[in-house]
Amino acid sequence: MKLHEYQAKEVFADAGIPTPSSALATTVDEAVDAAGEIGYPVAIKAQVQVGGRGKAGGIKLVESDEEAREAADAILGMDLKGYHVDRVLVEEAVDFTNELYVGVTMDRGEGEPVAMVSTRGGVNIEEVAAEDPDAIAREHIDPAFGMHPFQARKAVYDAGVDREVANDVAGVLQTLYELWDEKDGADAEINPLMVTADDEVIAADAVMNIDDDALFRQPDLAEMEEEAAEDDLEAKANEYGFDYVRLSGNVGIIGNGAGLVMTTLDLVDYYGGEPANFLDIGGGAQAERVANALDMVFSDGNVDAVVFNIFGGITRGDEVANGINSALEQFEEIPKPVIVRLAGTRSEEGMEILNTDLVQVEETLEAAVQAAVAAADEEVEE
Amino acid sequence: MSVLVDSETRVVVQGITGGEGKFHTEQMLEYGTNVVAGAVPGRGGQEVAGVPVYDTVHEAAREEDADASVVFVPPAFAGDACFEALDSPVDLVVTITEGIPTQDMSRVYRKLRETDAHMVGPNCPGVITPGESKLGILPGNIFSSGNVGLVSRSGTLTYQVVDNLTDRGLGQSTAIGIGGDPIIGTDFIGALELFEADPDTHAVVMCGEIGGEDEEEAARFIGEHMDTPVAGFIAGRTAPPGKRMGHAGAIVSGSGTGTADSKITALENNGVPVGDTPEEVADHVEDLL
Repeated sequence: MKLHEYQAKEVFADAGIPTPSSALATTVDEAVDAAGEIGYPVAIKAQVQVGGRGKAGGIKLVESDEEAREAADAILGMDLKGYHVDRVLVEEAVDFTNELYVGVTMDRGEGEPVAMVSTRGGVNIEEVAAEDPDAIAREHIDPAFGMHPFQARKAVYDAGVDREVANDVAGVLQTLYELWDEKDGADAEINPLMVTADDEVIAADAVMNIDDDALFRQPDLAEMEEEAAEDDLEAKANEYGFDYVRLSGNVGIIGNGAGLVMTTLDLVDYYGGEPANFLDIGGGAQAERVANALDMVFSDGNVDAVVFNIFGGITRGDEVANGINSALEQFEEIPKPVIVRLAGTRSEEGMEILNTDLVQVEETLEAAVQAAVAAADEEVEE
Repeated sequence: MSVLVDSETRVVVQGITGGEGKFHTEQMLEYGTNVVAGAVPGRGGQEVAGVPVYDTVHEAAREEDADASVVFVPPAFAGDACFEALDSPVDLVVTITEGIPTQDMSRVYRKLRETDAHMVGPNCPGVITPGESKLGILPGNIFSSGNVGLVSRSGTLTYQVVDNLTDRGLGQSTAIGIGGDPIIGTDFIGALELFEADPDTHAVVMCGEIGGEDEEEAARFIGEHMDTPVAGFIAGRTAPPGKRMGHAGAIVSGSGTGTADSKITALENNGVPVGDTPEEVADHVEDLL
């Protein structure tokens, strides 16, 4: 789960990290009032969960009520990379002399957290990491002990941060790590961490991603979660609790287990078709869940044929067959051809139950995928 | 022979009184696994499927001489369960649980590095030595005994590939589902080391997927350290960048690493033939043996 900038800033500020004065606004009037109170110049920033907001016109620097009104009017309600903007953060524009980057994330390879500092802040830090890895100082943290203060200082000095602000930056990094640890962060970043002419440091942006698997013990943060304005089908999948990704092709794909579903997609491509989606019903799915999956894929207008690929371990073939039957029996005419391949746990029972008047059955993964690609091609020709 | 588990392995099931724990204990017993104890706090003295339950893993290991543990504990408590197993101590911990917070696993991983134990998972189907013992949720009937080792990040893909192998009469020495989470115990290299040292594993199948760089590192390891031939499969060739495909790891960053192409190239450059389909993987294994 990703926090909005204003939510992350609130969390950071509560922990003592300096942030610019700011206010959230949902209407143009609120934005102008807030700007007047904070004092010009202010930045008006769209609060949506995407990167590159500035370049997309989602952040504007304004100097007067008039400009603030114009900017808020333009940004509120805009569509930013597919996300509807319904609130803006009105924020004091910080006059800075330098921009830094500080971040904490989990280093998967090492299995432990890593704290990072760079003097190349204010830019796309992923690019810096790819082009010039040495421009980012890294310090691995032992999760049993947490971050020792010396480690924060070491990272800051290794990065070559000016000594006038080094202690303050180390303090911010220390706090950021502690927050990351306490709040079950996946990533926590400040980019840029601005340095003013008076050698103050201020978090001008704030990123905080929370480990979804840990939300059960972060009730305050879980409350901040809201429905993201995703693709309609993806939103529906969220409701059903499926791992679902919409793609551009016309062969609908339903399977169990991420690796097997990805493999099914790859085989559709291999046999000359184009996958319409990734849909993993997960482990141990009951009949209703299987029916929901079919409903999802049928509601994608691009789909011309559907392939079901189930290899049961914890998932039972008879449950799957019941789900397919109940989903299809409600149609007078099946909207699109459905090809089914059932293997593994209770697959023989499943094959006996499966209504073969409604679906085409194939015994192997390869045969099922080829049949689905052919069926989709036929639909296109018609 | 085999790696990690055999008919002698004495297993304690953590979470044996839960729905999954009970069902799969029965399945494991039916397969022939030597399940000697269960461990559930507060349930000591009970029995599940004829197996005695203890309050702690320590007690189970001491009383029943258990040397391996399978964890079916819910995610909120599973990290603690892994610690308990590693502390008891058993030689092998297989964690089936999906959805354990990453920071919990980071701490477990640190503890693991201080011990000589192996951990498989979390979020994995388990480990099986066909005809001898299975620890986890794998469907035993598709496996057959033989000399092909298998290591995979995905459970159902493991079943698919095993099915293709078994169909051709290519039996397996041991199959290890290492799991799809960001932090896991035994990784590809750990499993490959075990297979390389096993005289009865004559070829290995490695099933990877997009995301991370584990497959690239494993490819280098194979090139530098392995005499046992390896065949590979990589899932997710068609995955679009930036989208998460089910597994935590299965996302392509867009930076050029972690893609199916980079993994396939790395494997092929180190002498590993990579199948376009699971069937082709079986072809390659036939050629390698």
